[in-house]
Amino acid sequence: MSTIVLLLITGLGLGALYFLVASGLSLIYGLMGVLNFAHGSFLTISAFLGWEVGRRVSDGTWWGLAISAIVGIAVGAIVAALTEYLLIRRLYERHIEQALVTVGLSLATVALFEGIWGTDPIYTARPEWLTQTTEILGAKIPNDRFLLIACAVIVLGGIVLFLKRTRYGLIIRAGVENRQMVTALGIDVRRSFTLVFAIGGAAAGLGGVLASVYYGYVSAHLGSVLLIFAFIVTVIGGLGSLTGAAVASVLVAVLQQFANYYLGGTGDLVVVVALAAVLLIRPRGLMGKIA
Amino acid sequence: MSEPASEPILVVDALSGRIAGQQVIEDIAFEVPATGVTALLGRNGVGKTSTIKSILGLIERTGDVRLAGERIDALPTHRIVQRGVGYVPEDREVFGQLTVAENLRLAERDAAPRRELVERLFPDLVARRAQRAGTLSGGQQQMVSLARALVNENRLLLVDEPTKGLAPRIVDEVAVALAEAAQTVPILLVEQNLRVVRRLAERVVVLSGGRVVFTGTAVEFLDDEELIHRHLGVHDASEAA
Amino acid sequence: MTRNKTLWLAVGGVLLVVLLAVLPLLAIEIPGVLPGPTYTPGTLQLIAYAMLIAALALSYRMMFGLAGLLSFGHALFFAAGAYGLGMTLDAFGPAEWPSELIFLGSIVVTLAAGFVLAATVGALALRVTGISFAMVTLAFAQAGSVLIRRNPGGATGGDEGLALDIEHVPGALVGVLNTRNLYWVALGVLVFVYLVVLWVEQSRAGHVAAATRENELRVRVLGLRPYNVKLLIFIVASVLAAVAGMGYLLLQSGAAPRVATADFTLTLLVIVVLGGVGYRWGAIVGGIVYTLLDQRLTALAGSEFIAGLPAVLRVPLSEPLFILGTLFILVVLFLPGGIAGIPQRIRSGRASHPAESEEVADA
Ligand SMILES: Nc1ncnc2c1ncn2[C@@H]1O[C@H](COP(=O)(O)OP(=O)(O)O)[C@@H](O)[C@H]1O
Ligand SMILES: [Mg+2]
Repeated sequence: MSTIVLLLITGLGLGALYFLVASGLSLIYGLMGVLNFAHGSFLTISAFLGWEVGRRVSDGTWWGLAISAIVGIAVGAIVAALTEYLLIRRLYERHIEQALVTVGLSLATVALFEGIWGTDPIYTARPEWLTQTTEILGAKIPNDRFLLIACAVIVLGGIVLFLKRTRYGLIIRAGVENRQMVTALGIDVRRSFTLVFAIGGAAAGLGGVLASVYYGYVSAHLGSVLLIFAFIVTVIGGLGSLTGAAVASVLVAVLQQFANYYLGGTGDLVVVVALAAVLLIRPRGLMGKIA
Repeated sequence: MSEPASEPILVVDALSGRIAGQQVIEDIAFEVPATGVTALLGRNGVGKTSTIKSILGLIERTGDVRLAGERIDALPTHRIVQRGVGYVPEDREVFGQLTVAENLRLAERDAAPRRELVERLFPDLVARRAQRAGTLSGGQQQMVSLARALVNENRLLLVDEPTKGLAPRIVDEVAVALAEAAQTVPILLVEQNLRVVRRLAERVVVLSGGRVVFTGTAVEFLDDEELIHRHLGVHDASEAA
Repeated sequence: MTRNKTLWLAVGGVLLVVLLAVLPLLAIEIPGVLPGPTYTPGTLQLIAYAMLIAALALSYRMMFGLAGLLSFGHALFFAAGAYGLGMTLDAFGPAEWPSELIFLGSIVVTLAAGFVLAATVGALALRVTGISFAMVTLAFAQAGSVLIRRNPGGATGGDEGLALDIEHVPGALVGVLNTRNLYWVALGVLVFVYLVVLWVEQSRAGHVAAATRENELRVRVLGLRPYNVKLLIFIVASVLAAVAGMGYLLLQSGAAPRVATADFTLTLLVIVVLGGVGYRWGAIVGGIVYTLLDQRLTALAGSEFIAGLPAVLRVPLSEPLFILGTLFILVVLFLPGGIAGIPQRIRSGRASHPAESEEVADA
C-alpha cells in the first residue's frame, strides 16, 4: 500500500513537470499549428538563469527559490515571445518551416548552454524542507513532490481562468478551434500568437526551476529530456487541449512510475506503447479536436 | 448610407483564387450595388465559395477588389472585415466549444453592438445563451452565424448558402432575417434555393467553370427556364415545389 | 527535361562516380577541407562517412521532400541497420557454417528485421498526419534509443556502444589498411541508395506520393489510397536507412548509441534542408558539406585561434552545433531552396520555394 501511495504521488509530481511543458506546447500547437522544438530550451535557459540569480540572492532558501521561480517565469516568457516575434512570425502559416526553425534553435541553444555551463549536471542547493519527506499512509513522500503538484495546479487554474475570463482567452479558445474564422470576424489573431508563446514559455520557465528542484541539478539537457515526454503527453491528451494535456500528463507519469517499479524499469517503453495504443484506438488523442 | 446609391459597394475585377496551389476561380469580374441583395449562383463546385473567400483574403488570390472605392485585395482578412464586411460562411462555422454568448461576444467589433436587433431576430438564441454552440441544431447554428455578422454595423454582407440543409420552416426564418438586414446593408448572397433567391435578390451573377457567365436582374434570369437549365442544370425549383 | 539533358546528367553522374571510385588511388589535397591527401586512411574514412551520411540523407529526403512525411524517427532505422547487423553477427549462425555465409545471412536477417520494424512503425504512425506524425515517429525512435542505452542482456553495449565482432566479417573489410575497401563499400551504398530513390521517385508510386504531398484531397478524389503509397515510401526509405546503417557499422567497426537519438534525426533534417529539400542531389551535397563542416568546426573549436578569443566569441564558436544550428535557421529563413537551390535562385532571380504550396490546404 505504501509503495502504491509513493508511486502515485511521485507520478503526480513528475506529471506536474510534464504538464508545465506540455500545456504550452499544446496551446501553441492548437492555436498556431506550430510544433515547438525550442520549448525545451525555454525551460533550460529559465532553469539556468533562475538558478544563477537565486543562488546569488540567497542560496538554498525559500527566498532564493522564490526569486529563481520569478526569474524563470520571466525569462521563459520573454525568450518565448521573442522567438515567436523574431523567428516564427516571419514564416507565417508555413508550419513545416516553423518547426524547422525551432529545431535549429533547439540545436543551437543546447550547444550554447553546453558551452556556457558545461556538459555535466550542476547540483543545486534546495531549502531544507524540500529535501525531507512526509509520511502519508505509511509512505515516505519526498516533500518536493508537493511543491511541484501545487505549482502545476496553480498554473492550470491560472491558465483556465485566463482562457475563460478574458477577451484574449476567448480569442485563443476560438482560434484553437478555427483560426480562419477568428480572422474572418475581424480579429488579428497573430497578436494572440505572441501571447500564447509567452504563456507557454512562462509555464515552461517555472517548469525549469521546478525540474532543477525535482532532479536536484541543472543541465543543458534538462529541457530536451522533458520535451520528448511532453510531446507524447500532448499527442495522447489531444493536440490543442489543455485539459487533455493535464489528464495525459498525470496518466503518463503515473504509468511510467508504476512500470519502472513493477516491470523492471521499463517506464519509458511502456509510455511509448501507451502512445501507440492511443493512436490505434483514438488517433486524435483523448480530448483533441477532430484532425 | 454615405455612398450614393449609384456607386457599387464592391467592385471585383480580374479576381483569381488558388487552393493548395491550384487555380479554382479565374478572372472573375462583377459588381455589388450599394443596396439590396445580389445573388451569386452556379452549380456545385463552380467556385462560389472560393470567390467569397478570395474577396475576404481567406485563400490565396490576385486581382483588383474595391470596397467603396478602396482597394482591399492586398489586405489581410481581419483588416477587410474591420472595414465593415460581415461574413456568414458556408456550413456556419460556429465555434462549437464556445457558448452562444461567447460566439456573439467574439464577433462584436462596434463600440455599441446591436444586441437588441439580434435578440429580436433570433429569440431562440436568447434562451440558449449559455449553451455550447456545438450542441445546437443546424438551424440554430445558422442563426448564431448570422447573428455574428448582424451584430455589427457593416457596409457589406457576404453570405454563403445560409439555407443549406435546413428545414423549410427554418429557411423561412433565415430569409426573413436576411430580408430585414437587406433594408440597411447590401448583401452578396450565395444561395441554391431559387425560391429564396426570387424572394430576396434583385440582381444575379452566375458562375460556370470558374468564370462569370451571366450578370443581370434576378427576374430576367429566374424567368428564363433555358438560362437556368443551362447554367444551373436544374428547373426552377420554386415552380416545382 | 529534354532527352539530351537527361543523357548529359547521366554521363556526368557516371563520371563523378568513377572519379570518386579512383580517389583512393590519387593524392589530391584540399587544405582546410580534407585532413590529408585522398589516399590516406583518415581522409578516406572521413569521405566514406560523409557518403554514408549522404546516402542516409537521400533516403530521408525521399520521405520528407517527395512524400512530405516529416519523420523525426529516421535514426531508428539507421540504428536498426547498424545495431542489427552488429548483434546478428554476434549471435548468429552455428560455428561450423562458413564465415561468408554467416556474414551474408546476418545482412539478410538485418534487412528483414528492418523491414518488419519499418512496416510496423509506419503502419501505426501513418494513422496520423502532419505534425502528429512527426511526434509519433519521434516517440518510437526515442523508445529505440532508450532500449539501446538500457543494454538489454548486454546485447547493445549501452552507453559504450557496440563493438563490431570481426570473426565472421570478410578480412578485406577489416582494419585500417583496408579502409580503401570500406570506402568503396560506402560509395557502393551511396550509388545503390541513389538508384533506388531515383527508381521510386519516377515510378507511379512516386508520382502519387508527390501529388499527395501537394494536395491529398485531389488524390483521394481520384480514388487512390494515399495511405498505401505513403507506407510504401516510408518502408523503402527506412530499409535504405538500414542499409546505410550497416555500412556505418563496418566503416566505424562499431556503433555508438548517438545514432539512435532524436538529435541524430534532427541532424539529418538539417542536412536535407541545408542541401535543398526540392533536389535529390541536395541531400548528397548537404550530407557531404555537413559532415566536412562538422569535422572542420570541431577541429576549429580546439584551435589556438579560438582559444585566444574573448569569452563572448569563444564559447559559441567552440560549439560546432551552435554554428550549424544557427546556419540552419538562416537557411530556412533566407535560403528556402537550400544549397542546391542556389543556381535556380540565381537564374530566376527571385526567392522561389519548391515546397511553397504545401500548407495552403490546411489553412
Ligand atoms: N480544400 C480544397 N482543396 C482542393 N480543392 C478544393 C478545395 N476546396 C474547394 N476546392 C475546389 O475548388 C472548386 C470550387 O469550389 P467552391 O468554391 O467550394 O465551389 P462552390 O462553392 O461553388 O460549390 C471545386 O472544384 C473544388 O473541387
Ligand atoms: Mg460553396
